[in-house]
Amino acid sequence: MSGIAITFFIVAAVLVWGGLIASIIFLARKPQLDVYPEGSELVSDDD
Amino acid sequence: MSVQQQSGEHGSVASRPREQWSGQWGFILSAIGSAVGLGNIWRFPGVAYENGGGAFLIPYLIALVTAGIPILFLDYAIGHRFRGSSPTAFRRLGGKAGKWLESLGWFQVWICIIIAVYYAAVVAWAASYFTFSFDLRWGDDTAGFFFGEFLQTSDPGFSSQFVPAVLIPLVLVWVAVLAVLGSGIAKGVQRANVIFLPLLVVAFLILVVRALFLDGAMTGLDALFTPDFSALSDPSVWIAAYSQIFFSLSIAFGIMITYSSYRSRKANVTAPALVVAFANSSFEIIAGIGVFATLGFFAFQQGVGIDELENITGVSLSFVTFPAIVSQMPGGPFFGILFFGSLVMAGFTSLLSVLQVVSSAFQDKFGITARQASIRVGVALATVSVLLFSTTTGVITLDTVDQWANNIGIVGAAIASTILVIWVFRKGPELAAHLNSVSTFKVGRLWQLLVGVLAPAVLLYMLIQRIIVLVTEGYEGYPLWYLAIAGWGTIAVILIGAITMTALRWKHDPDDFTPWPSAQALKELSK
Repeated sequence: MSGIAITFFIVAAVLVWGGLIASIIFLARKPQLDVYPEGSELVSDDD
Repeated sequence: MSVQQQSGEHGSVASRPREQWSGQWGFILSAIGSAVGLGNIWRFPGVAYENGGGAFLIPYLIALVTAGIPILFLDYAIGHRFRGSSPTAFRRLGGKAGKWLESLGWFQVWICIIIAVYYAAVVAWAASYFTFSFDLRWGDDTAGFFFGEFLQTSDPGFSSQFVPAVLIPLVLVWVAVLAVLGSGIAKGVQRANVIFLPLLVVAFLILVVRALFLDGAMTGLDALFTPDFSALSDPSVWIAAYSQIFFSLSIAFGIMITYSSYRSRKANVTAPALVVAFANSSFEIIAGIGVFATLGFFAFQQGVGIDELENITGVSLSFVTFPAIVSQMPGGPFFGILFFGSLVMAGFTSLLSVLQVVSSAFQDKFGITARQASIRVGVALATVSVLLFSTTTGVITLDTVDQWANNIGIVGAAIASTILVIWVFRKGPELAAHLNSVSTFKVGRLWQLLVGVLAPAVLLYMLIQRIIVLVTEGYEGYPLWYLAIAGWGTIAVILIGAITMTALRWKHDPDDFTPWPSAQALKELSK
């Protein structure tokens, strides 16, 4: 592989796979809100 | 009394509690299983290569962020706030004055009906090729085997001559998919995805690692990732990027609306959507590496350049080029089993999601259970699928219907939904506030701008351009009478189906519903 091809592969990997890892970490750290709008006590939260 | 009970959610549309995913990750895996389909494996690599190679990744990522993710948010917001199948959700979104918006939901459902009947046939082909891989049944002339011996392809038309080699696996695919659908969301769709998606990823990763050690693999990757920057000034490359993102993410034809309607009211909506979108693109990059490493080997074996290879995308890539490669490589049968096994799993989970749109809509409208929908509606669709796509004209019909259903049907539905939701019914602020009221990743005016202006503008350009090409040039040299029936006729069926289904009576009143959070609460939150 040429240098430019390797560079573009790395950029793609960092942005796309990095985006996936970042979004998983973001979701795992804060899976849901602490406070919900009014009426939240009346709806199911079994998810 | 809970809001759900007050709203009639438990008592009106389905006379029972709406089914739910068993958890956040069950939903995410199912949504990824829907998005990751045949297009990720056989479309993305070729499209990227033909549209600038490494440089294509620039418009691709821009399209992901400016259109793919925003429309995915829109679908999730509609399904989650209005908690119903596509027709139910759009009817509720339209309110008293906009009950007719239900027809847009049915338009999406009919797109799914059309797609399901031919997509099942492709899954059946892949299942057949999975078994053919054991003894490399296709021989040396893979094109002749696929179109001749296997499909027994005749001239364009509507044949009544069945091909048993397609009919039998097609029936089996329908039996399997309807059995899963009839088991419901958590025990059926989610369970299938939880099993098949990890298997798919593992199988495909083994395939990619094997491909990387083949002679010529690096030449293939060089061809895929070397950028042609001049392509960036070509509008068609940008359209190709937006098209790839759009068709790949399963957006704008009801799937994501339906899937998000099965989430709990307090479920985080946007953050899982980011995981789904990036997971889909991540798989596309992996597929690109696997496919082009393999094509590099093929070119090396033939003593030609990658640019001289033919059939590097779509059905031909999978059923003509790949079998030829498998025949030439050491340990070919194992490679073939992995490749076609991956196609079956990717296709099956996507087919499930397409059919769930249909099943959910019929359950809501007629107050029937998942099992009843699976038997009554599913068997009818299976019959049509077998009649049209297991005959000697099946592949031509499939190719034509696919072209119109995707490029006219789905793109048209996307334009209609973005314009109607954002501009006609002005639901952008309410949906943005809804997303923010339950989600950890917040959206603002920029999201509304992307969904309301950029997305419909790009999609409208795509639609007009495609219509002009199809009207002036036809398609694949097929006779005009045939394109009128199988192509434009498909759109007519979708439109007539949408109008007819909208006109039918509901078993239970879908309008007896109160969204949560209330509009008033959302307004206060937005201040």
